[in-house]
Amino acid sequence: MVDTRETLLDTLRERLDLTGSKKGCDHGQCGACTVLVDGRRVKSCLTLTVTVDDRDITTVEGLARDGALHPLQKAFIEHDAFQCGYCTPGQLCSAAGMLAEAADGWPSVVTPGLGAGTRPAALDEEEIRERMSGNLCRCGAYPNIVAAIEQVAR
Amino acid sequence: MRPFAYERASTARSAVTAAGRSANAVYLGGGTNLVDLMRLGVVSPDMLVDVTRISDGTIHETPEGGLLIGAEMRNGDLAAHPLVRRRYPMLAEAVLSGASGQLRNMATVGGNLLQRTRCSYFQDITKPCNKRVPGSGCPARTGDHRNLAILGHSDSCVATHPSDMAVALAALGAVVHVEGPQGPRRVPMPGLHRLPGAEPERDTVLAPGDLITAVELPSLPFAARSRYLKVKDRASFSFAVVSVAAALDIAGGVVRDCRIALGAVAHVPWRAEAAEAALRGSPATEAEFARAAGAELAGARPLPLNRFKVPLARNVMIRVLADLVETR
Amino acid sequence: MTTTTGTRYVGSALDRVDSLEKVTGQARYAYEYSPRDLVYAVPVQATIARGEIVDVAVDAVLKQPGVIAAIWHANAPRLAPCDDAELALLQSRRVAYRGQYIAVVVAETYEDAREAAGLLRVEYAQEEHDVVLRPDHPRMYRPDHVNPDLRADTERGDPDTALATAPVHVDATYSTPAEHHNPIEPHATVAVWDSEGLTLHDSTQGASALRRVVAPLFGMPPAQVRVISPYVGGGFGSKIDVHPHVVLAALAAKQVGRPVKLAVTRRQMFAVTGYRTPTVQRVRLGAERDGRLIAITHDAYEQSSTLAEFAEQAAAASRTMYAAPHRRTTHRLVRLDVPTPTYMRAPGEAPGMFALESAMDELAIACGVDPVELRVRNEPATDPDTGLPFSSRNLVACLREGARRFGWAARDPEPGTRRRGRLLVGTGVAASTYPVYRAPSSASARAEPDGWFTVRIAAADIGTGSRTILTQIAADALRTSPELVRMEIGDSALPKAPVAGGSMGSASWGTAVVRACEALMEELERRGGVVPPTGVESSADTTKEVREEAKFARHAYGAQFAEVGVDPDTGETRVLRLLGVFAAGRILNPKTARSQFIGGMTMGLSMALLEESIMDREFGDYLNRDLAQYHIAANADVRDIEAVWLEEEDPHLNPMGAKGIGEIGIVGTAAAVANAVHHATGIRIRDLPIRLDKLVR
Repeated sequence: MVDTRETLLDTLRERLDLTGSKKGCDHGQCGACTVLVDGRRVKSCLTLTVTVDDRDITTVEGLARDGALHPLQKAFIEHDAFQCGYCTPGQLCSAAGMLAEAADGWPSVVTPGLGAGTRPAALDEEEIRERMSGNLCRCGAYPNIVAAIEQVAR
Repeated sequence: MRPFAYERASTARSAVTAAGRSANAVYLGGGTNLVDLMRLGVVSPDMLVDVTRISDGTIHETPEGGLLIGAEMRNGDLAAHPLVRRRYPMLAEAVLSGASGQLRNMATVGGNLLQRTRCSYFQDITKPCNKRVPGSGCPARTGDHRNLAILGHSDSCVATHPSDMAVALAALGAVVHVEGPQGPRRVPMPGLHRLPGAEPERDTVLAPGDLITAVELPSLPFAARSRYLKVKDRASFSFAVVSVAAALDIAGGVVRDCRIALGAVAHVPWRAEAAEAALRGSPATEAEFARAAGAELAGARPLPLNRFKVPLARNVMIRVLADLVETR
Repeated sequence: MTTTTGTRYVGSALDRVDSLEKVTGQARYAYEYSPRDLVYAVPVQATIARGEIVDVAVDAVLKQPGVIAAIWHANAPRLAPCDDAELALLQSRRVAYRGQYIAVVVAETYEDAREAAGLLRVEYAQEEHDVVLRPDHPRMYRPDHVNPDLRADTERGDPDTALATAPVHVDATYSTPAEHHNPIEPHATVAVWDSEGLTLHDSTQGASALRRVVAPLFGMPPAQVRVISPYVGGGFGSKIDVHPHVVLAALAAKQVGRPVKLAVTRRQMFAVTGYRTPTVQRVRLGAERDGRLIAITHDAYEQSSTLAEFAEQAAAASRTMYAAPHRRTTHRLVRLDVPTPTYMRAPGEAPGMFALESAMDELAIACGVDPVELRVRNEPATDPDTGLPFSSRNLVACLREGARRFGWAARDPEPGTRRRGRLLVGTGVAASTYPVYRAPSSASARAEPDGWFTVRIAAADIGTGSRTILTQIAADALRTSPELVRMEIGDSALPKAPVAGGSMGSASWGTAVVRACEALMEELERRGGVVPPTGVESSADTTKEVREEAKFARHAYGAQFAEVGVDPDTGETRVLRLLGVFAAGRILNPKTARSQFIGGMTMGLSMALLEESIMDREFGDYLNRDLAQYHIAANADVRDIEAVWLEEEDPHLNPMGAKGIGEIGIVGTAAAVANAVHHATGIRIRDLPIRLDKLVR
C-alpha cells in the first residue's frame, strides 16, 4: 500500500530504488522526472502513484533492452548531449515519447499547416526544439540534444 | 500535503455521488495543476475522485455538425485529433502552444478549463490573497502584477486565467456539459468563468460537486480558418503574456461574422464582444481591425507594471485578424 | 616550468568517461543514497524578513503521524562558533531574511515530514525590513576587497578631468537583476553519523572544502567528516560555498540518531543556496573622435545580506580590457535584509561586461566607428591594471575571426532598418574575458599489478567533463591509454583539491594529476618498470609550484556575435544566431569544450532575455520562486549557436597549457544580444533582461 499522497516519482526513487528518474523541481516545470506511462511521456512528479497502479511504466532504466543501449542513448553519448547528466534521463524518456507522438502524426505548434493531414510529422530541428521544450537543461546541451534526436529520427 | 482518500469513478454519476460523501472532495483529472496546488498547500482536499476513467475520453460528432469532446480527453489527444485540426485549428493551436508535451499528455480538457491562476501571491500560502483566503487582501495590486489583468479586475483581485485552450473555447462559443448533484446541465462559454468582483475565490459558476463531463463545440464552418497567437517571454513552455484567438468569415471584403477572444488579460478567457460587434459588417482592413481592437480595449484599466499589455493586446489582435485575411 | 612530453589523448574528442552511467540512470546523485534506517528532514523557512522568533509550537507537530523531531533554536544542539553566520543554523532567534531556515521537522516518510513542517506554527516579533538595492542607499560602503581578493577601488591618472575634456563621451547606467543559478539537480544532503564521525552525501562543487567548513561546526577535525559526491547535477557556483541545508541535515541526524535525508526544494533554492547580486553600474567612457579611449570609469553598486559579505567584482574586467591613460573602478555594497548572494557563473565578469560592452557599443555609435574596429583600436600592449605583460592575449584575433565567420563586413550600422519577414533584424558584437586562476591541489597516482592505473583527487565533475579530461591528462602523463586509467573523484577521502570554481579546475587539478603521474613514472623507472603485487603509489602537492609561478596577467578572451529578430508588434526578441570565438589556451577535449562554451553562451542568452528574480518589496523575498516564473532558456530559445576557438600556445600557464573555459562563455553574451537589439530596433536596453514589455510600442 502506498500513501495516497505519494507521487510516482517518489515511489520510483524512494521505494523501488529506481533513482534514474530525477526530481528537478517537483512542480512539473523542468521535465527531469519524465517517464513513459503506457508509452506516452508524462511527468512523474505530478502523477499520484495510486492513479497508475494498472499502467505500464517505463523509466530510463528500462530504455536499454537486453544489454543494448537504446539508439537515443547511443546518440546522446555520440553528440555529447548532456553535461551534468541530471536532466538526461528525462530528456531520453521525453525524446522516446516524442518520437512516438510524431510517428502517430501528432503536430506541434510550429508544424506548418497544423490543420492539414495526419501523416507522421517530419522532424526538423525547429520541430525537435519545440517538442523537447518541456525538458530544461541548465548546462545548455540543447543543440547537442537536438542533433542526437535528429540522428535517431532520420 | 494533507492525507486524503482516493476513489476511482467509473461513471459521471458515481463520481458525483462519491464526491457528495465528503465535505471537501475534489475531482482529479490529469493532476497537472491540482497535485501541484496540493503540494503548495493551496488546496487540501480530504478526498480525490479520479474522473479520468469515466468514458473513452474521445470525440464524437454531434448531429448539429459540431463536436462533443469527453472532459477526460487528454490535451495531447485533443490537439492531434484530425477533426479538431481541420474544423477548429485555433483550438489545436491553443492547446499546442500551452505547457509541454508531457503536461499535455496528462492534462484533461475538463481540468484545463478549471486551472487556477498562476499569480505568485495565490501560490504562496505565507502571503495574503483574496482568492485563496477571502478577505486577506491582494498584495499583487501594489506588488508584482506585470502579468496580471488589465480588463475586468476588481479591487479584490487582479488575477488572470492561465489557460490557452479556454481562450479558443470561449471564442468558439463552446458549451460545457456539467453533471451535478441535481443532475446534468449545460453552461455556455463564455459564462463558465466569472469576473472576480467581491468573490475572487470563485473562478467559475460551478457549484460544489459539479463535474464537467464534456465540451461541445458548435458547428462553425468559418472557424476552419482561425488562429491562436500567443505572446510569451520564453519561446516555449511559458504562460501567455497576451494571446488572441480569432476566426473570420469574410465575403466580398467585408466581415460577415467573427469570433475573437483574448487570453492572459482577465480573470476569465475574455471574449472580445465589443471588437466583434465593431467588425461585423465592416471592411476587412487593418484600419477597421485597429478600430475594433480599440473598441475592445477602451475599457482596459492597466496597473502600473502592465500598461504594456494594452498596446500589446491591440497589436496582436490586429496581427491575427490581418493574418486571417492574408491566408484566405 | 616543465610541460608534459607527448600529448596523445589531451586534445582528443574522447566521449565522457561517465557517459554510460549518465544515459542509463545508473549515476547516483546525492539524494539517491538511502542508508538503512533513514528518516526525512524538511526545513521550515522564516516568513518575515527581519525580526526575532518568539516561539515555535513544537508540541502540536510532534503529535502528527510519523514525526520524530521538530528542532528550532530552543531545542537545537549548540554548534561551535563560525565565521559564516549563514551556517549558525538554529543558533539564534534572529531572522535575517525571509526564507531563512529557522526549524526542521524530521519524520519517518517524506510526506509526513513535509505535511508536519507545513503545520509548524511560528510566532515572530517582526521588524521593518529593507530589501531594495538602490545606488543612493545611505548605508552604501566600500568593502575591504571584492571577490576573489581584489582591491575594491582602483584609480590611475585623472579620470574626472579626462572625461570632462574628452571629445567624445558616453555616460550611462546599466542594471542587472538578481539571478538564481537553478542547476537542475537541487541541493541535497544525506547525513549519516557513526562511530567514526559524519558522512555527508552532498551535491557539492568541492568535497575537501565542504569538509573543512563543516567539521569544526561540530567540534571535529576535518578527518572525521567524509563528503561523498561522485555526481553533481550542475552547480554554476551555487554549490561552492557550504549552504545552510548541509549543516541542518547533519544537525538533525545528530539529534535524532538516525541517517537523515534532506532535499532543498526548488522554491527554497531561491532563498538559501545563493544567487547573483543585482547590480547598478555607471560606466563613463571618454574618447578621441577616432574612438581611442582616454578615460574609463566603472562604478558598481551591489547588495549582500546582513549575515555575510559577498562583494562581486563587477567592475574588475574594466581594469584590464582596454587601454586608456585615465581610469577608475569602484565597488559599493549595501547590507540588506536579503539572502546572501554568492558566486554565479563568471561572478563579476558576467554583469560587469554587460555594462562595459554595452557602453563600448554606445561609444562606437557616438564615434561612427565599427564596434569590432573600436575594440581593436583600444587593445592594450600590457595589462592596464598591473602593468604586467599578458601571458597571451588574442582578443583581436577572436574579433577578426568572428567577424569573418559571421559575415560582419557587410553590416550596415544604421539601426532599425532591416526586416526579415515581420521581424526587425540586427547584429551585435561584444568581447568576452575571464581570468586564469590556479589553486594548489594534491593528487595521487597508483600503478596496479594488473596493468591499470588509479588516479585519485578530490575534484568534482559538475558537468564540466573534468572526470574525462583528468583521465586524458593522466593517460598522457602515464603514457598509457584512458581505458587503463581509473579516475576517482568526488570524495573528501581522496587527496585534497580545490573547488570546481573560477574556471580553474583543469589547471589546478590537472597540474596535480600531472605531477603525481610524473612522480609515479619516476618511481616505476627506479623499480625497473616492475609493479609489486601490492601496487605502487606516488602523490603530489602543487602548493609550491603554484605559489612560485611567474608574474603575468593571465586571461582568456573571446568575441561573441549575435543576430536577433525582434517582433515589432509583440516586442518578442529571439536570438537567431550566436557565434563565440574564444582563445583559451590549449583545448583539452574539443567535444566537452564545445559543450562548455555553448553551455555558457546559452546561459548568457538566458541572462540577456529571460532571467530575473523579482524582489517582493512588501514581504521581502524573491517572488518568482519556481521554474515556471523564473525562466531559464528552453530548447526552443536556442537556435543557431556555435562556438569555435583559436589555437593558442601559452607557455606561462600550467603543464597542460590550458586556460579555463567554464565561465567565459557567459561573459559578453548579454551585451552582444543587447547591442544587436539596438541595431535591430534603435532601442537601447540598459537593464536586463530584455523583455518584451521594454520593446513593445
